[in-house]
Amino acid sequence: MLAFILKRLLQSLLVMFFVALIAFSMFQFVGDPVHQMVGIETTLEEREELREALGLNDPILVQFSRFVLDAVTFDFGISYQHKKPVADMILSRMPATLELAIFSALLALALGIPMGVYTGLRRNTLLAHVLMTVSLAGVSLPTFLIGILLIFVFAVMLGWLPSFGRGEVIDLGWWSTGLLTVAGLKALILPSITLGLFQMTLIMRLVRSEMLEVLRTDFIKFARARGLPEHVVNFRHALKNALIPVITVTGLQLGSIIAFAIITETVFQWPGMGLLFLQSIQTVDIPIMSAYLILIAFVVVAINLVVDVLYYVIDPRLRATRSADSGA
Amino acid sequence: MALLEVDRLRVEFPTRRRALVAVDDVSLAIEAGEVLGVVGESGAGKSVTGAAIIGLIEPPGRMAGGEIRFDGRRIDHLSDEEKRRIRGNEIGSVFQDPLTSLNPLFTVGQQLVETILAHSDRSADDARRHALRLLEDVGIPAAAHRIDSYPHEFSGGMRQRVVIALAVCAGPRLIIADEPTTALDVSIQAQIIALLKRLCRDQGTAIMLITHDMGVIAETADRVAVMYAGRIVEVGRVRQILRAPAHPYTTGLMDAIPRLGRDDADLAQIDGAMPRLHEIPEGCAFHSRCPHAFDLCRRRRPVLQATGDAAAACFLIDQERSDD
Ligand SMILES: Nc1ncnc2c1ncn2[C@@H]1O[C@H](COP(=O)(O)OP(=O)(O)O)[C@@H](O)[C@H]1O
Ligand code: SF4
Ligand SMILES: [Mg+2]
Repeated sequence: MLAFILKRLLQSLLVMFFVALIAFSMFQFVGDPVHQMVGIETTLEEREELREALGLNDPILVQFSRFVLDAVTFDFGISYQHKKPVADMILSRMPATLELAIFSALLALALGIPMGVYTGLRRNTLLAHVLMTVSLAGVSLPTFLIGILLIFVFAVMLGWLPSFGRGEVIDLGWWSTGLLTVAGLKALILPSITLGLFQMTLIMRLVRSEMLEVLRTDFIKFARARGLPEHVVNFRHALKNALIPVITVTGLQLGSIIAFAIITETVFQWPGMGLLFLQSIQTVDIPIMSAYLILIAFVVVAINLVVDVLYYVIDPRLRATRSADSGA
Repeated sequence: MALLEVDRLRVEFPTRRRALVAVDDVSLAIEAGEVLGVVGESGAGKSVTGAAIIGLIEPPGRMAGGEIRFDGRRIDHLSDEEKRRIRGNEIGSVFQDPLTSLNPLFTVGQQLVETILAHSDRSADDARRHALRLLEDVGIPAAAHRIDSYPHEFSGGMRQRVVIALAVCAGPRLIIADEPTTALDVSIQAQIIALLKRLCRDQGTAIMLITHDMGVIAETADRVAVMYAGRIVEVGRVRQILRAPAHPYTTGLMDAIPRLGRDDADLAQIDGAMPRLHEIPEGCAFHSRCPHAFDLCRRRRPVLQATGDAAAACFLIDQERSDD
């Protein structure tokens, strides 16, 4: 177990190293940072001073080490555009993105799993066919289109829900939450449906095909032959086996939900990290772009790590270290 | 009245063109405490017959005719819930492959306890004590410790012992054991059969022992039904059938039993293969492989004829009679 975690940890570190390398090289290739930071009237001497102060004259290896050490201590430098520490800017935007992403993932799970189980168990009913057909739309419609459609119907036509922003937020320390106010919750609905719809259909289809697969196995037939009630066979024996791959996929998808939040945040003007990133691209604000890249990569890598360990905990076959006895 | 009576059972699997008849006009009976062997080549319809008895024919397959009575009561047309209460409780099952029969995500103790609880109103603690006793009974060493192990932590032979514990845990009066040793090491097979026999003798449980190995039948069963292409071609007391098989197919199966003092090279295999369901020929299904086949065999299908303590479906029997 320990060896397994250690191995995964090392792999994760390796991935993060390469991400840091890419993030660092953005500074090297996209323009001269001093250029971005100073005005027209700054003299050459002043520029050179700034260059020295920023450490831009140091050997590249020294610069990279400093970049990594800073990043590890959550220091991503100063935004060119806003002249504020990037870490603070991102931190203040993080709650919005995380609340949206996690809410979307929960929504996708809470609806996707039951729908998958239903379409798997009752696959010839009308409702199952309808769900399967509609889910095709969920998979193939682009996110921004779904968002715009939802806004049109529920915000513009019906006027039930807000079309942009987080509504009312409450600060809990540095974490600003929209979960504690009615306006905040209402504002969360459309964006999280938009962001979670694709994952929901994915989970539904995955659960369905896993259920069908598991229901064909010998141990399910044997469970029936033992006279276990149908709900025990379906929901205890079949579902638990069907959910193992769902854990992996959902975990991995959580990473991509956070990454894809960019589009949803743009459509709904949701003040999260994705929106910040998009704005930073327009102004070529490299520190923000590189910090976002590193953070998203970190979240994805961390989630993968947790998923692997979870998988390990849930499936006794992977957990086993005791050797099976031999003979009869 | 026998414990189990299968009367003219017919099982069909519908296909796009026509229904394939996997089991055709099969009748058999098992007395309380008796071991009935069911033997035949792969595809003969043994498993489907077993599945029909416990009401678990795989859809779209269906019972297209006949009756199944257990303890005098017809059970084939009961509701799903009533059939469920018979499975495990009255009729236990042992499947062929112990590696795939157990759910990998639950401990053997959990699987035993849930089965016990499904058929009794014991308390959870009591069910666990019963589960432990059963594991000891089927010969799991250090059962108190192994009860919390997962299936993959057991060897194949040990897993089949667990499967047997599951089959008997609710105290059924009949066990359908479908090739319980086929997937196991040869060295373990005899132990598993011996275990099954001991448990059932102790409890007075009847066994329907499905196998393709005539040798196992010879050592274990009281009576035997020989199946070929979905039908019973010979049925009766093992002793008589071993001494004087009436059906050429039975003779062929017996020549395939390895025996001490006989060179394995002498082991006779029946030439050819059993016809598949969609190409079962007219007349006797065995005629293309039968060394004694004659005209009539290709035209008409023989029915079971009594021959002392047994019955066989072969025209040679009529001839012998008329020869007498
Ligand atoms: N689920 C199924 N669908 C279609 N045909 C089946 C199915 N199960 C069994 N059969 C057919 O029924 C016949 C008898 O099978 P089976 O009872 O499993 O034979 P065996 O004597 O080897 O146990 C075979 O020809 C097989 O192809
Ligand atoms: S009926 Fe004819 S073909 Fe069939 S087993 Fe008897 S002799 Fe052989
Ligand atoms: Mg079989």
